[in-house]
Amino acid sequence: MDPERKSSHLNRREFISRSLKAGAAVAGACALGYRFYDPIGPAAQPSAGNTVYLPDFSLPSQGKKLCRVRAADRKAALAAAFKGLGGVEQFIKKGDCVLLKVNAAFAAPAMLCATSHPDLVAAMVRLCLKAGAAEVIVTDNPINDPASCFGLSGIGPAARAAGGRVVLPESGLFSPTTLPGGRLIRDWPLLYGPFKNVDKLIGMAPVKDHHRSGASMSLKNWYGLLGGRRNLFHQDIHTIITELALLVKPTLVVLDGIASMMQNGPTGGSLADLKETQTLIVSTDPVAADALGAALLERKIAALPHLEMAQNQGAGTTDAQTLSPIDVNLL
Amino acid sequence: MKITIARRISQIFFVLLFFWLCLVMTLGEQWWELRGWPVNLFLNLDPLTGIATLLSTGTLYSGLLWGLVTVVLTILLGRFFCGWICPFGTLHQAIGYLAHRKKNPGQKAKRNRPSRWQNFKYLILLFFLGATLAGGLFSHRPTVEGGLLTGLLDPIALMHRSLNLFLLPLADGFSAGTRFYAGTGAIGLVFVIALGMNLWIPRFYCRFVCPLGALLGLLSRFCLYRIGKAWDECTHCMLCESDCEGACAPAGTIRVHECVLCMNCLHGCFHDLIRYQPWPSASGQQVGPDISRRELVLSLAGGALLIPGLRLGGGLGPNWDPKQIRPPGALPEAAFLSRCIQCGQCMRICPTNVIHPAGILAGLEGVWTPVLNFRVGTSGCQFNCIACGQVCPTAAIRPLSLAERQGKGEFEKRGPVRIGMAFVDQGRCLPWAMDRPCIVCQENCPVSPKAIKTQVHFAEFARRPVRRAPAKSLELGGEPLPSDALGTGDYFARFREQRRRILANTAHTLTLQSAWDRPPAPGDGVAIVIKLQRPVVDPGQCIGCGVCEHECPIQGKPAIRVTAENQSREPAHGILL
Repeated sequence: MDPERKSSHLNRREFISRSLKAGAAVAGACALGYRFYDPIGPAAQPSAGNTVYLPDFSLPSQGKKLCRVRAADRKAALAAAFKGLGGVEQFIKKGDCVLLKVNAAFAAPAMLCATSHPDLVAAMVRLCLKAGAAEVIVTDNPINDPASCFGLSGIGPAARAAGGRVVLPESGLFSPTTLPGGRLIRDWPLLYGPFKNVDKLIGMAPVKDHHRSGASMSLKNWYGLLGGRRNLFHQDIHTIITELALLVKPTLVVLDGIASMMQNGPTGGSLADLKETQTLIVSTDPVAADALGAALLERKIAALPHLEMAQNQGAGTTDAQTLSPIDVNLL
Repeated sequence: MKITIARRISQIFFVLLFFWLCLVMTLGEQWWELRGWPVNLFLNLDPLTGIATLLSTGTLYSGLLWGLVTVVLTILLGRFFCGWICPFGTLHQAIGYLAHRKKNPGQKAKRNRPSRWQNFKYLILLFFLGATLAGGLFSHRPTVEGGLLTGLLDPIALMHRSLNLFLLPLADGFSAGTRFYAGTGAIGLVFVIALGMNLWIPRFYCRFVCPLGALLGLLSRFCLYRIGKAWDECTHCMLCESDCEGACAPAGTIRVHECVLCMNCLHGCFHDLIRYQPWPSASGQQVGPDISRRELVLSLAGGALLIPGLRLGGGLGPNWDPKQIRPPGALPEAAFLSRCIQCGQCMRICPTNVIHPAGILAGLEGVWTPVLNFRVGTSGCQFNCIACGQVCPTAAIRPLSLAERQGKGEFEKRGPVRIGMAFVDQGRCLPWAMDRPCIVCQENCPVSPKAIKTQVHFAEFARRPVRRAPAKSLELGGEPLPSDALGTGDYFARFREQRRRILANTAHTLTLQSAWDRPPAPGDGVAIVIKLQRPVVDPGQCIGCGVCEHECPIQGKPAIRVTAENQSREPAHGILL
């Protein structure tokens, strides 16, 4: 064959094949352009994710109950309190997943009582497991470094030794929540991750002085479920505590006034800040528990406006007597 | 007409058009000022911006779709953009021509031999694309959201930046109305160095650096027509390469991806061997860069790791820089950085010249991104202006409506767009620290109700014993007062709870505006006080526009300064409930 004709034949084939590829590339580019074309531009804010809502963990069948134990030992006091309330089985059913919201706010040793006491947390974990709980989760979003808080306060090791699972507040565990009708809690990050599959919620707070709100007890303890720049809420502390009281509906709260932090709160730092008030309160009504806690701090209920605000919003009662409290004295 | 003449006409046309579009980006009523000119024409036609933002954001914003035209034409024709349109390429070609025109063809051809270093630009491109990719893969992690660095070397963005912030202000400097841009010397230096390299090798930037050229080179693989030799026989006189702009070796195995279609070789050949033809060159062709797998992986991975590495500094997290105030409408920082190409369009259009290129202090990722500098310029960020977001080619600054910016109409509930918040420095403020009346800041605060309130305070200037107190005047003992100094309207005489404005004074007498209800007796002490209005910022009203900072009489380090606190775009930086 004539070499020139052969080469032009080859050239033609090459050209046709190349044209097809070029056509495919053009089509591909146009398809991509069409697919991703955005004539409007981005929104001002990326979507924060799906809003979550904390379920209601209270047990209407149990009604309003409160037991106040006078004691020096936390473990014995807790056992006596549940005995007084008819047994922990009244609240924890077999197979339940229980979440203990402790107060692990500061990386301080247990003896300073700036955090939930590890003995009490361990005792609560054991009680739950004994009642047949499938899992007990212990969590909080503390103020100081979380791992240090759970470690140094002793809550972490004690909870694990008792068979509980400690969940540290990693950023992926927060989701935005909104309190219906609320003013402050709107699309605000909530430590929601640990609540997956949780059936019962128990709040465990120590009784502490708090300069801004007057006192830090069961209601103020829910602050630790918030993420983000929550300290902005200090500009309106009583409203945020009230909103938290409406947002979080626990099965029970355990308010530890075996020793109360009378001054220099909520961090304390000295044994001189503490007073042996020798009282443990377990209640289905956090407002009532805090109302009794106020007395331990020698504060009037009127000096803690969030208690009355929470009561007015229907979160509980500041008059613990209406709950016919059960009093137990181990002293 | 020779095709090279047509090419030159095209190049001159587009380079003039580019200068024109930069020049008209001026707010005003003159015929040559902004009135619907397509000022982003080149940025939109630049497919590197489109593709890189597509990778870093997953969308192709508005005008960037025009890049598709360039892509399609490049797939079909090759790198016509580089040789016929790119204004930066035209400048390089012109300087290269002038620098080497007196050399003989052999010497020139030598400089136009292909070099292995021409592959380097492909590695730069891969590095940049790697940086954008990290974002797509980890967009839920703020530290590794996509970064966009193409603007640093993208020729269109670079040229816009250099003209907007360096050349045009330099030219303006000879007329009235100089515009300043903080740290723009570095921008000018890069521009001058890029152009200066042509003295060594023509089109140095295009051959070795340009990531857009690299992208177009990759796209030209299947181009239908291409430069090549009709026959393999050739005297190897190399005349065809003496003016070869792309250094693509038309005399031998032609590098199709390097050819910028300057067409100079067509007329160089005495034997008419070189053609623009549908067939591959008879002397063989190469259609893509021969970069090794190792180079490819290292470039992509290096880019992909760079952004997360840079962000370990925490600039997008807890270590955010409060001095970095972005224009109104700027996206949240991570999203902003995944779009900004540092072209300087917003800085050029800003009527008050408050938008400036961030220097190296904003982090390597933020170099030359727009930040506000209220010391420079003619005022703060104008409450009735939305120009920057309207020109931003990538929506790094969203196009706001005036209603959205001011929080009116449907945006009433959200309130105005806040770019920061002003803080009074009480140690530097005249009425706070020096008992001198001022409140220029309050006067100029553009929002209603004003974000700067005042607290009235009467500061004691002197105290004197009364000698006599005739109606509407006082005779005083003690040290003499400065004569004619107290009749300014701001001074009062105070006796117990009564204050009377001083209308005039001598060393020992005061003339008062009105009589005392209970006049002092001789021997009583009277205070001379000055009425001060001390500024206080209302964080609920302040939008951070910086007019107060600009107007503050303490000019070196103003006594009221805006930081990025409370900016709308980053709710986590809010300070209010």
